[in-house]
Order: sequence, then C-alpha cells, then structure tokens
Amino acid sequence: MSPSHYLRCFAGIQIREGLRFVNQRGRFVAALVRPLVWLFIFAAGFRGVLGVSIIPPYQTYVLYEVYITPGLIGMILLFSGMQSSLSMVYDREMGSMRTLMVSPFPRWFLLGSKLLAAVFVAMLQVYVFLAIAWFWRIQPPAHGYLTVIPALILSGLMLGSIGLLISSVVKQLENFAGVMNFVIFPMFFASSALYPLWRVRESSVLLYQICAVNPFTHAVELVRFALYGQFNPTALLWVLAYLVVFLALAIYGYDPSRGLLARRAAVPG
Amino acid sequence: MAVAADHWMEARGPSAPDEAHCLAVREVSHSFGKRKALDSVSFSIAPSDFTVLLGQNGAGKTTLFSLITRLYDNRSGSIRVLGMEVRKRPSAALALIGAVFQQRTLDLDLTVRQNLRYHAALHGMAGHETRARIEAELRRVGMLERIDDRVRSLSGGQMRRVEIAGALLHRPKLLLLDEPTVGLDIGSRQAILEHVHELCREQGLGVLWATHLIDEVGPQDRVIVLHQGRVLAEGASEEVVRTAGASSIREAFTRLTGAAASERSRS
Repeated sequence: MSPSHYLRCFAGIQIREGLRFVNQRGRFVAALVRPLVWLFIFAAGFRGVLGVSIIPPYQTYVLYEVYITPGLIGMILLFSGMQSSLSMVYDREMGSMRTLMVSPFPRWFLLGSKLLAAVFVAMLQVYVFLAIAWFWRIQPPAHGYLTVIPALILSGLMLGSIGLLISSVVKQLENFAGVMNFVIFPMFFASSALYPLWRVRESSVLLYQICAVNPFTHAVELVRFALYGQFNPTALLWVLAYLVVFLALAIYGYDPSRGLLARRAAVPG
Repeated sequence: MAVAADHWMEARGPSAPDEAHCLAVREVSHSFGKRKALDSVSFSIAPSDFTVLLGQNGAGKTTLFSLITRLYDNRSGSIRVLGMEVRKRPSAALALIGAVFQQRTLDLDLTVRQNLRYHAALHGMAGHETRARIEAELRRVGMLERIDDRVRSLSGGQMRRVEIAGALLHRPKLLLLDEPTVGLDIGSRQAILEHVHELCREQGLGVLWATHLIDEVGPQDRVIVLHQGRVLAEGASEEVVRTAGASSIREAFTRLTGAAASERSRS
C-alpha cells in the first residue's frame, strides 16, 4: 500500500465525517448552545461571587467570563470526543463500524483518522463559539486564535481517545449514557475549567490533587495558555502522556486478536 | 495499478494448497467464554461457487463471518482467502473480500454516491476510478438513476442493492453476505438472489450466502449446513438431500439438525 492509498482513505473518512456533521445541524446547535448557556448565564451569575486574582497567562484581573472561556472550549472538545465515540458504539450496533473494519488498512490508522475527523469538526464548533464570545467582550489577542490551533488538536485527540477507549469497552448504547455521567461531569467539575486550582486547594487538598491529575485540567490549561499566545510545557507533557496512554489502550481494545471485541459474544446468528 | 484488490494480489506469497479456493476454512473453532460458537468448522469455496451457509439463528453464522472479515481473530484453525491467511496477512486478505452485513451499513442522511465514495476510499481507490466503478456497479444493480438521492428515500430492497454495489467496487474475489434478505419482501428477495447468482456466474466470484431461510437454497447451489457451531453437511444441494435420504432440502435440514439434537441429548 502506497502513501497515496493511505491519503485517499484518510481523506474519505474526513469527508464522510464532515458530511455527516453538515447533515446533523441539530447536533451543531446543541454543541454550541451548551457552552453559550454557561457563558451567558452561569458566568454572569457567578461573576460577583468568584473573583479571580492575577494568574498566568492573564496579565490583569480578568472577568469570570474570560476565565471560564478556555474551560468551555474544553467542554466542546470533551463532549465532541465523547459523542464521536458514542457514534462509534452506535455505528457498531448499526453496522457501519463493520464497513470501517473490513477496510484493508491497519486498524490504528482507521481509528486515528476517525478520531482526527471528529477533532476537526469540534474545532469548527470552537471557532464559532469564540466568534460569539468575542461580542461578549471575550477578546483574546488576535494571534491567540492561531496559536490555540495545536492545543485544540492535541487536547481534542486526547479527549477523543478517552471516548474511543470507552467505546471499545462498552457493550451497548444504554451503558454509554451512564458512562457519560460518570466520565464527563466528574472530569469537567474536578478541573480548572470553572475555578483556578489554588482556590480548590484552599478548600480541599484531596480535591486539588484529583484536579491536578485530571487529564481535562491539563487540556484546559494548554488551551488557556495557547489562547493568549503562551506555551505551557507542563500541560503539554501531561496531555501528550495521556494521549499516548489512552490511544494505545483504545487501539488495544479494538485489536482483533487481543482486544475486548474478541472476548465478547457476537450477536447470535 | 488499476484496482486496490489487484494491487494486493501482486504481493501474494508462495503458493499454498488452498490457493485455488476463494475461501478455505480449516478446523476453525471459536468460543465466547464457555460457550462454543464454532466447533472445528471446515469447508471451502471455489471461484464461481454460490454457497449457501444454512443455519438457524445462533448456529454460528455471524461468528464465522466476523472471523473471516477479521472483526476478531480465530484462535484455532486457519482461514485463507485465495491462499492468504486472514490472521497473518489481513490487508491482503481483506482487499479480496466484499462484504454485505446483516445490519444496514449505509448512512441514511448521505446520498448513494457519497456512501459509495466512502466505501471506495476505505479501499484506497483513486478519484477517477471510483467514479467509473460506482457508475458501473450501480448500473448493474439498476440503481444508477438514484445515484444522487439520499439513502433515506430508498426502499429496503434498494438499499441492499446499493450495499451489494458498494461491496463490489474494489473488485473482490470473494463476496460474503450475512442474511442479506432479512426484512425484504418476496419480490426484492428474489431479485437480489438472482442478481448475486448472476455475479457469481459472470465474474467467477466465490459467494458465501448465509441465511436461515431454506427456500433460498437453489437446486444448483452448494450448501453448508451449520448447526450449533458444527458443519453437519456440505456439498451440492441435491447431494446433501440424497445423502440425508430426504426428498427436499427442507426435509434434509430437519433430519440433519434433528439427528444432531438427539445425538447431543444422548451424550
């Protein structure tokens, strides 16, 4: 197989996910409304309660809305990562997963392409969100809109690979709803998305430690710094490490000889 | 290089005894926990063979299909597609297989063309070739005029025809169909059955058609009777009928599976 074969396969998967996205406008609106509700309502309500002191990457006091914007970007990536793996479980029940799996390309390549396609779609949502937020006076420096791109890709891949891993373990869609509650909400709330970690430490050291190892915290911090044109090497290392671990586990989960698919009874027939 | 399947053919290894067969399954067993889904299953399919894999629900048909398409690996025995072991050379083997699954695999919100393009891309086919192959295969199944319609607007039988066209885009040598007529009316069932027979004759495709519907076995077909993970009979359908001492394939099937059940209860 030559690189051009790989390229065609990769492009085909990107196009399909793109077309699916265009056809599911409801999903797009929902994905956009969720962070906007948090921004317009939650952040406005908490503005007076939660003061944020000057912490990097911010150089002045910032409004609470400004502080949680990277967290809400993380929320878009998190939901999208989980949703694309939800669609994997759905696909598996419906059969289009089979179409993907009978492709002669290596499975890691197929899964990776699908993961990246979901990240691109999520990035589109992030930029629409940022555009609306701009009118809400959340205006990071112009170059921040560019420097945030690699952070979005890496964080998106990392969160997506968690979803992929879950989809390889979960049998049915029904179980998946439960997993969403046990994964998305704890990850979101026990992170630096809504409050700086030094504030968390003041109230509970244990919670602080949980937040500090939460992959989502590092995804949010990577995005937060990148959005202001700054580089956070600690967050980058954490995100990369988590990406490698989760992606390896997910690929293992989908491996035909060792993975969990093999251990599971097929639909009788 | 013209077509993906041919490309992988070039990379074929030294000749094996099973090379002449589109599909050679030898002593394949598979278990899920304690439940034995397949028990040393062996059979082969030659080019132009239309083989019906006949078995009730739960007989092991889907497990067998999952192993041949490498959704997961067989633990014992070997599965070869034109001499290529699926477990050891999955890319080469999968490039030679076209598969139509029991579940619907088309995306309802996309058009027929968009769906088939995705199929072609998954086999690494180039743009101009994809276009030509999609049109040729759709014309053959009589669906060319629906190429830009959304799949949602098609009937069940039409969707199946599109899926068959999709499975043939990369010119496979072996076509697998898992209960392809489930949920279709009699007319569509007959049409699809005839179409696949035609493909088999004209293109020399080896076909494995899994079903629980006995009336889908034609007098000229080969039959494999699969029951509780074991092959009870294999051969030309008339021969299977004769060997079982029956007057029809339905009677032969009842006798074979009945005998297997009473044998099991004795042991």
